[in-house]
Amino acid sequence: MREIYLDYNATTPVDPGVVESMMPYLSEYFHNPSSLYTGSLRVRTNIESAREKVAALINSRPEEIIFTGGGSEADNMAIKGIAFSKADKGKHIITSSIEHHAVLHTCKFLEKMGYEVTYLPVDKYGFVDPDELKKSIRKDTILVSVMFANNEIGTIEPIKELAQIAHEHEVLFHTDAVQAVGKIPVDVEELEIDLLSMSAHKFYGPKGVGALYMRKGVKLTPLIHGGSQEKNRRAGTENVAGIIGMGKAAEIAIEEMQEEERKIKPLRDKLEEGILSRIPEVIVNGHPKKRLYNTLNVSIKFIEGESMLALLDAKGISASSGSACTSSSLEPSHVLLAIGIPHEIAHGSLRFSLGKYNTKEDIDTVLEVLPDIVERLRRLSPYWSHG
Amino acid sequence: MLEYSEKVLKEFMNPKNMGKLEQADGIGKVGNPVCGDVMWIYIKVEDDVIVDVKFQTFGCVAAIATSSKVTELVKGKRIEEALKITNKVVAEALDGLPPVKLHCSLLAEQGIKAAIEDYLERKKIG
Repeated sequence: MREIYLDYNATTPVDPGVVESMMPYLSEYFHNPSSLYTGSLRVRTNIESAREKVAALINSRPEEIIFTGGGSEADNMAIKGIAFSKADKGKHIITSSIEHHAVLHTCKFLEKMGYEVTYLPVDKYGFVDPDELKKSIRKDTILVSVMFANNEIGTIEPIKELAQIAHEHEVLFHTDAVQAVGKIPVDVEELEIDLLSMSAHKFYGPKGVGALYMRKGVKLTPLIHGGSQEKNRRAGTENVAGIIGMGKAAEIAIEEMQEEERKIKPLRDKLEEGILSRIPEVIVNGHPKKRLYNTLNVSIKFIEGESMLALLDAKGISASSGSACTSSSLEPSHVLLAIGIPHEIAHGSLRFSLGKYNTKEDIDTVLEVLPDIVERLRRLSPYWSHG
Repeated sequence: MLEYSEKVLKEFMNPKNMGKLEQADGIGKVGNPVCGDVMWIYIKVEDDVIVDVKFQTFGCVAAIATSSKVTELVKGKRIEEALKITNKVVAEALDGLPPVKLHCSLLAEQGIKAAIEDYLERKKIG
């Protein structure tokens, strides 16, 4: 059975061009980039070329890019790094209530260390209110961190406005842009961003590599101490093949981004319209327009998400859910709860996130299979009385 | 997906005794929609024997599989025997459950007990 993969926000398949670019660095170009012989120089040069490509993707300067072990590390580095380096100025951080756990759990950790964190609420679409941010900034605020686009519902935050408010109060602005970079244009100059996290495997690059953009002049305490790699900002011998692959993925993203949107958005819209017309009692989560063009999050009332995923999986369809039953916690998605979805409806949510390898046939299959799955589970449900 | 045993998946894909039992002699409603698991179990009793049983469940793979399994286990059993069916018996009949899902088998045990209690209560009044 052919897999129909609709979980691109979780991870993407690696682009064949990326795989090809990485292969030499797993074999003949194995040299440590910090050494002094010719082989090392070649590796070093190509790491810098990858850095230029990643910088071009977000319109930064190459020296403002620090390669990390992924998006979570970039988030940790930005938030802890600023918190530690600015502790004498203040210990107050502002973030949103719908961040990825890489940000939320980092903030929780800092709270235990004596920092104070404000978690901004969001409206029913998932938007942070800029006025709320204004009201929350204090004299001792050292960092504002709000995600660029939400991984579960796709809502795109008003980043420039939020960054400007932070700057009016001389506070640094960080954004977790893991879901945005490579999918939509991100320009750190135009948007006035100071720190930005990204991850290669969300845009057809390899896993285990990401980057933190840090505006020139911003200083932070490194997380990993050791050698002088990444200009003393992140020690450890470079993940060379990963970095080369991320560079190639950035290059491809710049080339293909517009085309991808043109191809993927109609498929997502077709899926959304198809579900709404075929299945009663469904809510679409996230903003109807200011949302990632590849993401569709629906709450299907009266049934539970993991059951739906299992029946979809049996038909070869891979998606994800915000139900508690898909995780080890007893709480459903904090994002869905934050936008005001009641617990019992949040348990019945499904996320479809599309990517460049999806076809019209994939969507047709889902629309053929999903109504029966929902019908079958609703017939089992004590809350469904329409049958 | 969690790693379920083959028996759990089979039971989930082909649940037995599902639906509502009209004119049930006892109904057990357990669980909480806020937590994502609700089980309603209906029983029909003749001469202290559970002659028919059905379930309706809002919940995950494990919740549906354990509901179905517990109805199979009690069907045709005398009430005092049915009361002896524990969550462990249900879980074992399915070759075990992932640790985070053990509460589903507990719900199945509680569901049957609640249905029997309801039946006994109604009998007292009647």
